[in-house]
Amino acid sequence: MTLIVRLKQFLDETGNVARFTGRFFSAGIKPRYESKELLNQCYNIGYLSFPLVGLTSFIMGLVLTMQLRPSLVDYGVESQLPVMVGLAIVREIGPVITALIFAGKIGSSIGAELGSMKVTEQIDAMTVSGIKPFKYLVATRVMATTLMLPLLTILGDGISLFGAYLGVNIRSVTSIDLFFLQVFKSLDFSDVLPAIIKTLFFGFAVGIVGCYKGFNSSKGTQGVGISANSAVVLSSVLIFIIDLLAVQITELLGLN
Amino acid sequence: METVKSEAVIVIKDLVKAFGDKIILDGFNLTVEKGSNVVILGKSGSGKSVLIKCIIGLLQPDSGSIHVFNGNIPEMNEDELDQARSKIGFLFQSNALYDSMTIRENLEFPLLRHWVDIEKDEVDRLVNGALEDVDLLHTLDMMPSELSGGMLKRVALARTMILRPEVILYDEPTTGLDPVTSREIENLILKLQKKNHTSSIIISHDMNCVKNTADLVVLLLEGKCYAEGTYAELEQSADQNIKQFFE
Repeated sequence: MTLIVRLKQFLDETGNVARFTGRFFSAGIKPRYESKELLNQCYNIGYLSFPLVGLTSFIMGLVLTMQLRPSLVDYGVESQLPVMVGLAIVREIGPVITALIFAGKIGSSIGAELGSMKVTEQIDAMTVSGIKPFKYLVATRVMATTLMLPLLTILGDGISLFGAYLGVNIRSVTSIDLFFLQVFKSLDFSDVLPAIIKTLFFGFAVGIVGCYKGFNSSKGTQGVGISANSAVVLSSVLIFIIDLLAVQITELLGLN
Repeated sequence: METVKSEAVIVIKDLVKAFGDKIILDGFNLTVEKGSNVVILGKSGSGKSVLIKCIIGLLQPDSGSIHVFNGNIPEMNEDELDQARSKIGFLFQSNALYDSMTIRENLEFPLLRHWVDIEKDEVDRLVNGALEDVDLLHTLDMMPSELSGGMLKRVALARTMILRPEVILYDEPTTGLDPVTSREIENLILKLQKKNHTSSIIISHDMNCVKNTADLVVLLLEGKCYAEGTYAELEQSADQNIKQFFE
């Protein structure tokens, strides 16, 4: 395949995703609102993801602390461990790792679910019944991912910090009050808010990519697998791109 | 706007649909009278499913008109199309039941979205009535994966009927079913048509289904209406293209 053909395919795909995103906004604004299905999706996407996010966040906090300690000991600043860990988790590692876990679990699940509905004509069945599948299936899922990822990130950050507290206590003794006092003292409004705001965009990217891939699935069951897989790959790449942009923007705004 | 005969519920004129260079429908014409069953007969890949997907607005034709209840489907906007679709039922070849919902939810789903203010009792009455019509009331709280192929087809038929459509499009309703179940589905189609006074277009190459259900048989060949008539008329034809279906 020539470079020009690949470039054309890439531009076509980008244009299609942009059009799909535009459709999401127009479908989301117009009544009637599928509030019951939105709540259902918030439960499936948010509540049911919490155990996985909680577990990975806990391990992440614990391991990060154990890995950081030797370096800080070398420089004689071991007492700064809670500050270092707290900043790293809240500003960067927490939001990005949670989003990547979320992309793996939810992006693939949305891609596969909508893909399978597409190839078994269930989406067409909604259309011919006069039901708007875009509003019912896409708008609710994208809204749910956008709303749930920030909440999961906040909860994940808390659990991660608790893991870090246990990590600190493996080699030394620090009270939980002192640990969290040090963490919160080092954190500023400008550390927390941009980190949470960017998770809204991460969640939106996971939802829109999962739905786009599922909604445009073809080639039978093989296509469903491709949709699920490409939803995870593309949303993971987008998470890093959004993160890069978010860092640049916060720097421009003087929030770093 | 073209004048449409008052007794005709569907009038298709000069319908053309191509996918790339491949022309599927090439100036197809058809009129469906109120209360009649029209069977579209044709080989696999002849464009039968494309035709009914154009009628319901799932595919946009390249040219031609499809007047359903005096509205031209290709020219309708999304809201007008939804309005027209509420009067047209569509039975998918694959049934297309929502596999994450119970049978009850599958039937309730279109009802609750079309009639927003409908009472719970009325929903229950309509769902139970639709399932009673297809003798499957006992499957109410089962999942589609728990039912056999014939039962799934009957549930899909009940879901198609629940909004009381005036026109029903059947996409190969007996394909993949054993002869006994096929006969049951054919009888159900006729029974529900009689009960609800609907008009139908049935896509099929199952000659038993064609014989039992058709008031008019239309042979789709090379994208055009090659021949039309009653089953008996076409059965007696000497034309080889027609004869091959009846042999």
